[in-house]
Amino acid sequence: MSAARRALPLIALAALAVLPALAGKFYVELVAKIMIMAVFAMSLDLLVGVTGLVSLGHAAFFGLASYVPVLAAPDKYSATSLWTSLPLAVAASALLALAIGSLALRTRGVYFIMVTLAFSQMVYFVFHDTKIAGGSDGTYLYVKPVASIGSWTPLDLGNATHFYYAMLALLVLTFAVLRLLLASRFGHALRGIRSNEQRMRALGFNTYAYKLAAFTIAGAIAGLAGYFAAVQFGFVNPEMVSWHQSANVLLMVILGGLGNLFGAIVGAFALVLAQDFFSSLTKHWLVLMGGFVILVVMLLPGGLVGVERAWLHWRRRRG
Amino acid sequence: MDLSIFLIQVLNSVQYGLLLFLVASGLTLIFGIMGVINLAHGSFYMLGAYAAFTLSSLTGNLFSAIAIGIVLAVVFGYLLEWIFFNFLYQRDHLQQVLLTYGLILVFEDLRSIVVGDDVHGVPVPAALSASIPLGSTMSYPVYNLFISAACLVVAVLLFVLLRRTRLGMMIRAGASNREMVRSLGIDIHLLFRVVFAIGVALAAFAGMVSAPASSVYPGMGNQVLIICFVVVVIGGIGSVPGALVAALLVGFIDTFGKVFLPDYSGMLVYLLMAVILIWRPEGLFRESAV
Repeated sequence: MSAARRALPLIALAALAVLPALAGKFYVELVAKIMIMAVFAMSLDLLVGVTGLVSLGHAAFFGLASYVPVLAAPDKYSATSLWTSLPLAVAASALLALAIGSLALRTRGVYFIMVTLAFSQMVYFVFHDTKIAGGSDGTYLYVKPVASIGSWTPLDLGNATHFYYAMLALLVLTFAVLRLLLASRFGHALRGIRSNEQRMRALGFNTYAYKLAAFTIAGAIAGLAGYFAAVQFGFVNPEMVSWHQSANVLLMVILGGLGNLFGAIVGAFALVLAQDFFSSLTKHWLVLMGGFVILVVMLLPGGLVGVERAWLHWRRRRG
Repeated sequence: MDLSIFLIQVLNSVQYGLLLFLVASGLTLIFGIMGVINLAHGSFYMLGAYAAFTLSSLTGNLFSAIAIGIVLAVVFGYLLEWIFFNFLYQRDHLQQVLLTYGLILVFEDLRSIVVGDDVHGVPVPAALSASIPLGSTMSYPVYNLFISAACLVVAVLLFVLLRRTRLGMMIRAGASNREMVRSLGIDIHLLFRVVFAIGVALAAFAGMVSAPASSVYPGMGNQVLIICFVVVVIGGIGSVPGALVAALLVGFIDTFGKVFLPDYSGMLVYLLMAVILIWRPEGLFRESAV
């Protein structure tokens, strides 16, 4: 059992690596989108699962970065360079996270939930009410960013297969970096804050600074995901910043199970596929989606990764 | 700015502030007493507005629609607490956020199935359809004054209930120390159910009474929900007087922001919240009694 469990992520990774050779363009694009959402979900897991900070405004950082490829282009028919616009997007999201985090982290618990939601809504109104990038209508990203080094272009972001493998690399890289981060002293301090902040403070940790650092890193990674989401969709509008986006990614993290990053990836796959499935059944798929979410909360407090434990518990109670 | 325009904006601010208070007071009570963060609270406002639309076209009279609507809202709130919220007291905020978000999706979609996605208007009752002339060109609709008056009456009733009755005493005690109330032999579950039903009825009433003045449209609940979070954060969670002060403050800032800074009005209330957070992170009325 445990050997099989250890092998499972590797099998999943192998399946993702061969998918473009087997599946059609539709699925390649769908899974690329899911992998972007998985990166987004992992960044939120760093806050919710690891540090114990429930943010309901994480789309602010995702959404801000998604506007960067549009805003960084000199005009709408010329491409930006990936190597300048991506760092710009990540830096913008990190800065915004630093600013929002420095205020929101003055509060805790349920206040924190409401305050992060409110600040992300403020960012939403910046894009919705002003004329920036088409205002409430949004705007098209006519030309995808170019990833060339000198005259050599190793990666064509307009090509579905290229983009797919780029996103797979992004997913693996983000996972590896976050794993290293969690194994470090910094990661242990964050877990300590989650389990008992008072004690961490008594031990001499400046918990505010640790939380702010986690919030900023999570914002930067969310920006990474937002940037590529905009590149893939070729379209940005204020919905990228909306609170439904924030709730959606929070759903992914909770559905999958908290704090181990795998859960975030599982949750991203489960939620996007469930949405896809429900919306293929009926126009009124949101009622099914809502019912699904409610059932998961009521029956599986540990998320989908906790299915096994819930099942064992149920069997033990019966037998 | 000439005086009549200024007066109209003041009246609009008060009206918006009082409506926000009715929704936010339920939100803050439910959190203060039950410890539940309820994202679906905005949906009750939306459902109230749609109930006013449906019931007033059935009965032909807004006032009887509101009367029926309040009864329905209380029953609905009571059942909802019994089926779903009952179950959230032992869970952390995260699960509460998730479940109540699921409820929003269900309510929005059921609304779409039953009434459709069109924008509707609710006719203003004939008795209140006049306008009061102000100055030579401006006028102010009587119905908007009625909204403010009705909200004010409900707000006063709420304060009387909380301050002067035995039930109010139990609610205030529950907000400050839940365990103690339980150990004194008060049926805390019944208390929760009553508070929840009151909260739902307040939000639904706000939705019903404001329906003729604004249109009835999909997603109207979410708008109100997020602004009410701002109100609750500014006022201090669990504090009803705090919610009143904060709601009026938000009403004035938003209304006058639309006049002076139309492009940035959406952001102003959030900036206000940021300032309050720097100054007093626990809100204006921290830890005061309900």
